[in-house]
Amino acid sequence: MIFLTVGSHEPFDRLVRAVDSWCKDNPVFEVFGQITGKGSYRPQNFQYAGNLDIEAFEATLKRADFLVSHAGMGSIISALSLSKPIVVMPRKGSLQETRNDHQIATAAHLSGKKGIIVADDVQELSAAISQAQAMLNVPAIERLSQYAQPRLLAFLTGIFEA
Amino acid sequence: MSGMVKRKKKLLAIASGGGHWIQLNRLSPSWKNLEVFYASTMPGTEKALLENARLSGQAIPRYFSLPEANQWQKLKLILLVAKITILLLRIRPDFVITTGAAHGYFAIRLGKLLGARTIWIDSIANAEEMSGSGRMIKAHADIWLTQWPHIANADGGPRHEGAVI
Repeated sequence: MIFLTVGSHEPFDRLVRAVDSWCKDNPVFEVFGQITGKGSYRPQNFQYAGNLDIEAFEATLKRADFLVSHAGMGSIISALSLSKPIVVMPRKGSLQETRNDHQIATAAHLSGKKGIIVADDVQELSAAISQAQAMLNVPAIERLSQYAQPRLLAFLTGIFEA
Repeated sequence: MSGMVKRKKKLLAIASGGGHWIQLNRLSPSWKNLEVFYASTMPGTEKALLENARLSGQAIPRYFSLPEANQWQKLKLILLVAKITILLLRIRPDFVITTGAAHGYFAIRLGKLLGARTIWIDSIANAEEMSGSGRMIKAHADIWLTQWPHIANADGGPRHEGAVI
């Protein structure tokens, strides 16, 4: 199963529509989408929900082979914590998909990290999904540590226990 | 004084729901010896916190649910400020820590007024410059961090002390 998530805050019709179109061309694959209730596009080719509570989100994530997502850090951290590949398409500030182009910057800085596949635009989505599917057959991507970098934890502990 | 039981210091760990909250949670080992109060927005957060505490054998955390609000929703922001004020007056934390965004901004502003030591860790989603709320909080955060080394700047800019991933 492919888990599409656009985060809980803002709709992302451009990505939802592109995944719907991919789904139509690839009917063998099951897709489940979390698309917020705020968008105007309603998918025709896969099941979806507006928002999921944390428990439902985690259950869907566990069941997924990989994720397709906006370039939000919540989605990226969630995927990598379970060693699942994630295809990210950044929101564009110029299309009012979020407040500015910070997702493009995030994607650029994380591109190349194992397990993260960046699709800059809808035209690149299909190839990116194929890349994620190919990753399922190779040794698992390294599981993200459950906690922050030891350096940051030690720094904070130093403040709290001073 | 010897023989006196030292009071555990109190921490408010607060963030908007979604990515901010997920990042904040990754810092939890650093506050294992503090009395912690959590606050965020997503449905199901308290249940997930309790489940994690049960699995890891930690103390049962106290959680406060806050309404969602972003910088464009003025009425919701006023309600949020009122709720955070009440929360801070009840808890009287020694520390406030946040990864953003609006919720953390107000908690630091108000927490600072009540004498808390305040820590802002800008979201890792801001890979080219500090976030808007991160820039606005600079004067009020005792510790002001970026998760990206290339944004850190010894000349009045944020510090870098590591990242959540």
